Amino acid sequence: MKALIELYIQQFKTTIATMFAYRASLLIWMIGQVLEPLVYLIVWSIVSNASGGSVGDYTTKQFAAYFILLMLVNQVTYTWVMYEFEYRIRQGTLSFALLKPVHPIHSDIADNISSKLITTPFMVLVAGVLTAIFHPSISPALWAIALFIPTLLLAFALRFLIEWTLAQSAFWTTRVGAINQIYFVLMLFLSGQFAPLTLFPYPIQVVAYVLPFRWLISFPIDLVSGRLTLDQAFVGLGAQAAWLVISYFLFRLVWRAGTKVYAAVGA
Amino acid sequence: MNYIRMFVAFFWVAIAGEVAYRVNFFFQLFQSLVSLVVAVAGLGIIFSYTNTLGGWGHEEILALVGVYLLVGGIIGLVIQPGMQQFIESVRDGTLDFTLTKPEDAQLLVSIRQVNIWSLIDIMLGLGVLAFALVRLGEKVGGAEAGEFLLMLAAGAVIIYSFFLILATLSFWFVRVENFLTIFQSMYEAGRWPVSLYPGWLRYGLTFIVPVAFATTVPAEALTGRLTLTTIVAALGIAVFLLVVSRYFWRVGLRHYSGTSA
Repeated sequence: MKALIELYIQQFKTTIATMFAYRASLLIWMIGQVLEPLVYLIVWSIVSNASGGSVGDYTTKQFAAYFILLMLVNQVTYTWVMYEFEYRIRQGTLSFALLKPVHPIHSDIADNISSKLITTPFMVLVAGVLTAIFHPSISPALWAIALFIPTLLLAFALRFLIEWTLAQSAFWTTRVGAINQIYFVLMLFLSGQFAPLTLFPYPIQVVAYVLPFRWLISFPIDLVSGRLTLDQAFVGLGAQAAWLVISYFLFRLVWRAGTKVYAAVGA
Repeated sequence: MNYIRMFVAFFWVAIAGEVAYRVNFFFQLFQSLVSLVVAVAGLGIIFSYTNTLGGWGHEEILALVGVYLLVGGIIGLVIQPGMQQFIESVRDGTLDFTLTKPEDAQLLVSIRQVNIWSLIDIMLGLGVLAFALVRLGEKVGGAEAGEFLLMLAAGAVIIYSFFLILATLSFWFVRVENFLTIFQSMYEAGRWPVSLYPGWLRYGLTFIVPVAFATTVPAEALTGRLTLTTIVAALGIAVFLLVVSRYFWRVGLRHYSGTSA
């Protein structure tokens, strides 16, 4: 345990040093993180204003709240591992990570958290500016605000595990680009990044609720917007916990099988 | 013309290099098709709640998506690969070899790197455009088509000059690939008419990162929205940027001393 804590602290330092060395890459990443929700916010606001101030069960101001919160939930839950893992395997750098006495996922967790510590103040600032421009409105109960943090943390853990597990497909194929793209498309529509799920046709909503996607992004947003009853909130927490357990077992399974076929292509 | 012959030659070299990786075709086709489906499905959802988006109809925005794919394909086919390789060649000094060639070096670095798989995006873009135009029917006449081609050319020149100016910065700074990546994420915003965006973003996408001239303006030409002011502005900016980028290139080249060779 003590060794693990030391590893985390060391990884924090390394990541922070690296990130300051690659400020420009960081800036590009953040532009993308802001621009995409902003574009959808603008598009849906225009649709809403054109049809008398609301679309479905969202008013213009609620759209603003939805997409600003989306930006923040994305900020808490994003990972880079789907882009990076393929490179590690192709270049064989995973071999060095395998030599270490701890699982490589630990350094990714530490890396992910420290990158967020640096970028979050910026995103909060952007959210503040967007709030001033678009006047979002939400009306959550106190318990909803209290539950928001746990759902957010569960969403982060779940997305991290899912994306880490999917990234391991690089053990078997060098064409992870296609797999990643399918995943991103599913995320775009089923997690609520493109629009609130209630605006989609009913069958799509059902699929989104059954699969893990909704519980990654739109569930925490709906919760803190005051759109859920207490029962619905607990169902959501349960779904998050259940998917977390499933993802954990999948992650273990895939890792065991993957490291068996791994042959360090580039090393 | 000599340069066209050279471009054709580079094009064949690229094809020869890629036929070894034929499976790439299917993966590229798959990825392009997926992004097309995403764009079309997204529009479908939005237009199930409204008839117009900022004054643009469903088919008109579809035409814009076609232009977006088409121009994205042109950028990916020759502009971006060329500039990326140019930046690299400044860093490792291999630009020396280009400079010793008897042809104009700016032109050489601009056309010598071709990513043939972007042809798929160009084809898909043309397909979407054709589909949208059929649906729009009578509204698009010869005048619109002419204006469209003119604005498409102006847009391509503007984007090319913009890329070249950014790339020539590599004569002074080491890491400028990042600027090219910024363009990629800003280009995404070009899938919608820039007139939707609030003022500050619209100006940013028009004059700082000229995405508007690449996608919105040609689509405006097709849908009969183009004003004389826009035509003059687009042509003026195209010529201006072309001259400025040439100037950047010459000043930069004087600064270049060959790093490792």
